[in-house]
Amino acid sequence: MAGTVKFMLDGQVHEVHSPDPTETLLNYLRYGIARTGTKEGCAEGDCGACTVVVGELVGDSVRYRAVNACILFLPTLDGKELLTVESLKGRDGGLHPVQEALVETHGSQCGFCTPGFVMSLYALYLEGPNPSRARINDALAGNLCRCTGYGPIIKAAERMHAIDTGAAPDMQAAVAALKAIRRDGTLAVSSVSTLTGREKHYYAPVTMDALADLVLAHPDATLLAGGTDVGLWITKQHRQLDVVIYVGDVAELKATRDSSDSFEIGAGVSVSDAMDMLGAHYGDMGELFRRFASVQIRNSGTLGGNIANGSPIGDSMPALIAAGTKLVLRRGGEERTIALEDYFIAYGKQDRAPGEFVARIIVPKPAAGLKYRAYKLSKRFDQDISAVCGAFALQIDDGFVTSARIAFGGMAATPKRATNAEAAITGQRWTRETAEAGMKAMAEDYAPISDMRASASYRLMAAQNLLMKAFVETTEGAATRLVGDRELAHA
Amino acid sequence: MPDTGTGKGPMTSDIKGAVHTDLRHDSAHKHVAGSAVYIDDLPEPKNLLHIYVAMSTVPRARLEGMDLSAVRAAKGVACVLTAADIPGHNDVSPFAGDDPLFATDLVEYVGQPIFAVAADSREQAIAAAGLADVRYAELPAYLDIDAALAAESKIESSQIMAQGDSEQGLSASKHRVSGSFRIGGQDHFYLEGQIAFATPLEDGDVHVYSSTQHPSEVQHLVAHVLGRPTNAVTVEVRRMGGGFGGKETHPAMFAAMAALAAVKTGRPAKLRLDRDDDMVMTGKRHDFRYDYDVGCDDTGRITGLNVTLASRCGRSTDLSPAINDRAMFHVDNCYYLGDVRIDSHRLKTHTVSNTAFRGFGGPQGMLGIEVVLSTIAHKLGLDPVAVREANLYGGPGRNTTPFGMTVEDNVAPQLIAGLKESADYDARVASVRAFNAANPYLKKGLALTPVKFGISFTTTHLNQAGALVHVYADGSVHLNHGGTEMGQGLFVKVAQVVAEEFQIDIDHIKITATTTAKVPNTSATAASSGSDLNGMAALDAARRIKARLSEFLAEKYDCPQDRITFRAGHVYVENREFSFADVAKQAYLGRVSLSSTGFYKTPKIHYDRASHKGRPFLYFCYGAAMSEVTIDTLTGEYKVDRVDILHDCGRSLNPAIDMGQIEGGFIQGMGWLTTEELVFDEKGRLRTHAPSTYKIPACSDRPAEMNIALYDKGRNVEATIHRSKAVGEPPFMLANSVFLALADAVAAAGDHKVWPNLNAPATPEEVLKAVMAVRGGN
Repeated sequence: MAGTVKFMLDGQVHEVHSPDPTETLLNYLRYGIARTGTKEGCAEGDCGACTVVVGELVGDSVRYRAVNACILFLPTLDGKELLTVESLKGRDGGLHPVQEALVETHGSQCGFCTPGFVMSLYALYLEGPNPSRARINDALAGNLCRCTGYGPIIKAAERMHAIDTGAAPDMQAAVAALKAIRRDGTLAVSSVSTLTGREKHYYAPVTMDALADLVLAHPDATLLAGGTDVGLWITKQHRQLDVVIYVGDVAELKATRDSSDSFEIGAGVSVSDAMDMLGAHYGDMGELFRRFASVQIRNSGTLGGNIANGSPIGDSMPALIAAGTKLVLRRGGEERTIALEDYFIAYGKQDRAPGEFVARIIVPKPAAGLKYRAYKLSKRFDQDISAVCGAFALQIDDGFVTSARIAFGGMAATPKRATNAEAAITGQRWTRETAEAGMKAMAEDYAPISDMRASASYRLMAAQNLLMKAFVETTEGAATRLVGDRELAHA
Repeated sequence: MPDTGTGKGPMTSDIKGAVHTDLRHDSAHKHVAGSAVYIDDLPEPKNLLHIYVAMSTVPRARLEGMDLSAVRAAKGVACVLTAADIPGHNDVSPFAGDDPLFATDLVEYVGQPIFAVAADSREQAIAAAGLADVRYAELPAYLDIDAALAAESKIESSQIMAQGDSEQGLSASKHRVSGSFRIGGQDHFYLEGQIAFATPLEDGDVHVYSSTQHPSEVQHLVAHVLGRPTNAVTVEVRRMGGGFGGKETHPAMFAAMAALAAVKTGRPAKLRLDRDDDMVMTGKRHDFRYDYDVGCDDTGRITGLNVTLASRCGRSTDLSPAINDRAMFHVDNCYYLGDVRIDSHRLKTHTVSNTAFRGFGGPQGMLGIEVVLSTIAHKLGLDPVAVREANLYGGPGRNTTPFGMTVEDNVAPQLIAGLKESADYDARVASVRAFNAANPYLKKGLALTPVKFGISFTTTHLNQAGALVHVYADGSVHLNHGGTEMGQGLFVKVAQVVAEEFQIDIDHIKITATTTAKVPNTSATAASSGSDLNGMAALDAARRIKARLSEFLAEKYDCPQDRITFRAGHVYVENREFSFADVAKQAYLGRVSLSSTGFYKTPKIHYDRASHKGRPFLYFCYGAAMSEVTIDTLTGEYKVDRVDILHDCGRSLNPAIDMGQIEGGFIQGMGWLTTEELVFDEKGRLRTHAPSTYKIPACSDRPAEMNIALYDKGRNVEATIHRSKAVGEPPFMLANSVFLALADAVAAAGDHKVWPNLNAPATPEEVLKAVMAVRGGN
């Protein structure tokens, strides 16, 4: 038993000695220190009742973001600042403007989801006044309310800055506090499992080399980034993870590089940050990422994790494969680079050797004139998992398709390119007939399954129709978009 | 003076918290501060036991054996509970006696409790449960409506409700249409899952915190399981994190398990369900198959109707008889049906027992007739609102329901007319048509549907309520009643009633947790009846105390009682003025009882279930909604663009709270008809058992434009509490307009040649399928 986790809470350094490495922050708050304002609604990061705000030192300021406490492992808080609903109390014990606004607009009924909404709104509050309706919808997409119908909560978001705009944290003090607990070496935490009697280990290195050594030394370790999937192994599958290596403190993994022809994105970069960078060049990728889970999940989850995980329904892969993304893997001191689509071998099987990890992602910048479209189909627009997710990167010169990369998620056991459809349209004049030929060929590319999200027949029909949609959007002026930036459709 | 029964317009008193005023939820501050206490937030005693429930993994089987020795031996396990450990009765059903707490020789759904483990930690309980060796001999299972219908597997005999001669009406009809469609179920998805926390008391008694809408039933059933009289059990609930009907019958099972563990071990015990286990183990809204054969004249007026309702009740009776009765009660919605026959089949399936859910069968019955009317309008090429107006209840000759009740309070015509005007119906029809002409891929649809919903428990004896009011010698008031708070604002409404009666600021009234120790034999907070029943009971209690005060003051100051008035925090005795607190103190010193119970029973109602005739409802609630949607014909995705609602809350006790019920109910109804899909696989397993797979509306699903108004002439013709109307359930069904608007948009995708046979929920897949069908297949 060893190791101490330190984080800031209500202006004090909060220390936890040798915590269970996979204890969730939510359980620690509720049952460890009886701080019960934060609620459990689902324990899988889908309802937002457990939303807290975490502050992280970025250069000389602290970046505050909403995350789900239910799937966040306590040791990952080391060196950060935590704010829960109880933290918002004013010096006079009164309500924060966010809370006051919710009271004024009748924004709570049963009240169980409310603390989570308060914290999502608080993160939005810190972004500054006058959020648009779209921004409010986004900020609240990860919080479910079953009582109000959301109207009063939206109203509160519109009103909160009018109550008081000055109720932000003292940035200087926050920076100083986090610098004081900043760590420059690997954090090692261990404790004995009350269930198995085995010792559980947690390592959080801060350099790439230390990470590479640890992964090599513990090839069976669970690599933990945002924990938006691994968290559920604990809360839902009740798995025992004996060794966890957390990659989220490795600065190099969080770095991005914008070169003349590509973006290099460290595997530890959050989906939120990657979205901002990629969305600026691939408009539709930005729109797709906006619908990638929720704000809380995008703040925790990483692009590298979404890829490394290898799920056939991860939202980023089709979009990145169509864009021609490459993956850099590292093992010990060695690196190798592969095409992203080649990483996925079969369901649950990826091209990653023991001791190897995803280091970074290289996304080429779009060539001049590239037509790029990405679509996500799900029962609900926000915070849903794709039934079908498709992306199209088409180079069209003088009315002819000169190159086509089409990739889909939800259509096979892995994210997969539509090679037959690509072949059917490449070299052809970009006409409705060509698109229809591509749709027909797509039936040879995929044999999707039926499950609770959609039937096989819907998946195939909708995937084919998305090619038609891409055709319409790149050739005609007709409206085709229900959500998001409709301008994109005619870019 | 309160205006109950006087017929005058709403007046508000000069006190804080008078009736008919906007008042925030009494717990609003605590909600936003995170300091409102739910059961799992209560401090955990050191020796607390955590219970995990082991469930059947097959839909129907003989339970051939359970070897639980490894479970018992596992680390941290204090006790294992099975049917054999029950000292009383192995039953937690509301009345039918067919809900065993733990399965004995037969399991009948995936998720049925077979045993429970109580251990020092939740993790230990879960791990221990996994060590059980359970042997099943599987039997053929009926997993859906069609399979159960074919096997004639029912929870009770099929019921018939009829008026006139439907066959004669149909054969004489000028036009005739028939059809069949399906209406899906719905999970409650209360944010706070099922939970119970039991503490053993002396003499083998037990105190149970239960997140329940029905403390009395939980009390009764816990006692039944323990084999003790009801007085050995106290059940308490301060608030629930949502209920929606899902915490009416089901909490008893978890309370009983917690109580059993507590009594058995002498240690406090908590049972909190994980979300997935909650969704698998507890019942939902019934899914229905709706078959109809309708005849009408050239105006679309119905001249004969046969309807067959078939619903999935699941493995036991639960409340399914009353739920299916209510589906029949609402087949008419706002329309006079004349010659009609309704057949209702209540099917037993090997899936979780379905239960109460906001609307209680009403939504399913009501959606059907709206589909029928839109189908008629399409067939005859008539405006769908005009067809609805042609069918509305009218005066004598057109004012009896299929169950023989006379409709005396019909305001549907006024609401429809008002909404058509405020939402600009005619212009919107034209603009939708123009949009559709200009857009090949996106199509818009528009629909206006009304709601009429009957208020009262249709099981007559349930329409009673009790309250307990204390006035302390300092003038502060303690209020308690049998109603429970699940977010709907019942507590603040009842407190307003008491504040109004005593004419004191509401801040002087302490709202307290519902407990069976203060008010006994209560009915569930259900059927939208909370404020109607408990408001009246509290009013009765307050009036009794007020009468004693008046009598005391009249005697003390030697003046006639009618010269004593309570107004704005004061009591006036002829020309003397006292504060309410001062009067309380004087009365205490004068040895006057300042505590009273109150009681209410709903008048006028009666019902003969054998003939399905009578007056099951005291009155009806009305509303109307108009929805505009856009669908994507390439993918089936859609967006609800705009919704306009005009709803009648009578003289609302608290318009702000009622607006919240209307909007929240509508969005919940919209979820039921759109994205909320329950998927069971071929092995009877629910595949949509968490928010990752079961999609209730999210923030951006709220229509970009939503205009809600209360009917400003609203006034209950019956002498309800301050002439208000119930509001919990009726607005849910306003969402029928979304479903019909989607159907209208699909019809537009096929140039209105065919009316689509859309099933609910209209998921994107269902919409795309319907688009392909109206375009002649693909």
